[in-house]
Amino acid sequence: MSDATPVITGKVYVVGDNIDTDQIIPAQYLNLVPTIPEEYKKLGSYALIGLPEDYPAFVEEGQMGAAFPIVIAGRNFGCGSSREHAPIALGAAGVKAVVAESYARIFFRNAVATGELYPMEAQVRLVDAFQTGDEATLDIGAGTLTAADGTVYDLKPIGDVAPVVSAGGIFAYARETGMIGND
Amino acid sequence: MSMTITEKILARAAGRDEVKPGDNIWVNADILLTHDVCGPGTIGVFKREFGEDAKVWSSEGVVIIPDHYIFTKDVKAHRNIDILRDFVQQQGLPYYYDPGTADYKGVCHVAMPQEGHVRPGEVIFGTDSHTCTHGALGAFATGIGNTDAGFVMGTGKLLIKVPETLRFTLDGQLQKGVTAKDIILRAIGDIGVDGATYCAMEFDGDGIEQLTIEDRMTICNMAIEAGGKNGIIAPDDKTMEYVKARTDKPFEPLYSDPDSPVKEHRTYDLSELVPCVAEPNLPDKYAVAAERSDVKLTRAYIGSCTGGKISDFIMAAQIMKGRKVSVDTFLVPATQEVAEGLMSEQIDGESLVAIFAEAGCLDIAPPSCAACLGGPLDTFGRANTDEVVISTTNRNFLGRMGSKQAQIYLASPYTAAASAVAGHITDPREFL
Repeated sequence: MSDATPVITGKVYVVGDNIDTDQIIPAQYLNLVPTIPEEYKKLGSYALIGLPEDYPAFVEEGQMGAAFPIVIAGRNFGCGSSREHAPIALGAAGVKAVVAESYARIFFRNAVATGELYPMEAQVRLVDAFQTGDEATLDIGAGTLTAADGTVYDLKPIGDVAPVVSAGGIFAYARETGMIGND
Repeated sequence: MSMTITEKILARAAGRDEVKPGDNIWVNADILLTHDVCGPGTIGVFKREFGEDAKVWSSEGVVIIPDHYIFTKDVKAHRNIDILRDFVQQQGLPYYYDPGTADYKGVCHVAMPQEGHVRPGEVIFGTDSHTCTHGALGAFATGIGNTDAGFVMGTGKLLIKVPETLRFTLDGQLQKGVTAKDIILRAIGDIGVDGATYCAMEFDGDGIEQLTIEDRMTICNMAIEAGGKNGIIAPDDKTMEYVKARTDKPFEPLYSDPDSPVKEHRTYDLSELVPCVAEPNLPDKYAVAAERSDVKLTRAYIGSCTGGKISDFIMAAQIMKGRKVSVDTFLVPATQEVAEGLMSEQIDGESLVAIFAEAGCLDIAPPSCAACLGGPLDTFGRANTDEVVISTTNRNFLGRMGSKQAQIYLASPYTAAASAVAGHITDPREFL
């Protein structure tokens, strides 16, 4: 059984409210098919490339991944399209978790179904408490995000979602737990 | 127990007498819809999880309608259609509409009801967020990702949460020049882009009767722009007539109980609504069209699942007849049937095609999603610079139609056409 309660430490990348799927992965890259391994990686190189120009680069030019395992967001993260390419692009870029005030329904579901990242929900608005590049520690099991100065922010319980993400998505989880066969 | 139409459809699909909001239930799907952008990934998940030689749960249940990246030189886009073709052949799927052949349809959400795949009371999952369009015919229809779709493809089932319902009661008659698009932009403006998150948006009331099936599709199509899980309108005589003309398959409609409890209930007097736009970069940025005549445009776009139906082009033609557009105006019929309608439909003896040509619109593109979502760089109508676009589409997110420098104003076909003539945003009622 995989670890359902990882602790993630690293730099955070901070975005605002209503970050839609066109900003996470613009439609011109939807010709890439996520189940083809090299195209999965390529999707990671374009993660968050649709953000406004005043944001710092999420993935540096020429790189395939980002230096930020944690994304901190405002309300309604992932609104818009049902494209699973969105959580996949973030996951392929090295994001382990998003901590948002709230999520659009399909993005949340796709994040869990694919097991690409932990969609954590904050109890308070965190986008003003952190700046891109800050170090933080996210404890999935404890449901806390700890800033570099030691401030601890309690997150909403993620419940049954954590083991599904840890397993690697719904199919892997269903096999691990015996819900479906291993054949 | 008193239930809404959404709850009743889900209960029946789960084999239960009743369900309540928040229940997590396994439902049986009637239809799984996919297209060229998410189909190859869904097929990839299906094969990875169920095996290379696995069969889909129902060959009649899987509907594949390529529509996104069709008229492009993009190599991967063509490769993706080849993946669909191979799969369809391998599985023997009857409902596939192949580009480059007489079977090609165009935009899946307009083709679905047109081809009789949408039936009241059924459950439709689709790998596209605008799958919610099909609630216009009294079905439960919602968008899902590739992984969930791969699961449905293999099992015909999906675990879902029963949504709470937001009920919008529409009373009264729309004024001339005010449309279904103005209704839904007003509603989204009121509740916000996350105002219906995880919820069903149900539309009822005496005002529904005046709306055509295509009008109802425009409304339900944009439920997702408020975060809704589904949009839904109970079937009536118009619905029955529309569906029965397109399919022989039996179906059993369901209706909300009159006193079914909902999370929130709003009432609109349609006679009070006016032509409006949604300003960049969110669909909830409501503004009265007449108050934004300061916005100078560089182009107009009429197309998509929301605004590329034949009724949308008829509205645009009513405005443009005998007038000239003053900005580049791009016309993309949603489906082949709409494209044919542009030739056969007439206003005072003049075809829509002729009206648009005389008005100075650009040559009409073949049916597809085209620039609604930007797409490959060679996509017709893609906004590649700092264009200011008035568009009948459903999303005006940053970079949605291509360039991040472009600004997109969402509007009805009347407002888009009138603004194309004026060169700035304007109230179309002056032109009718």
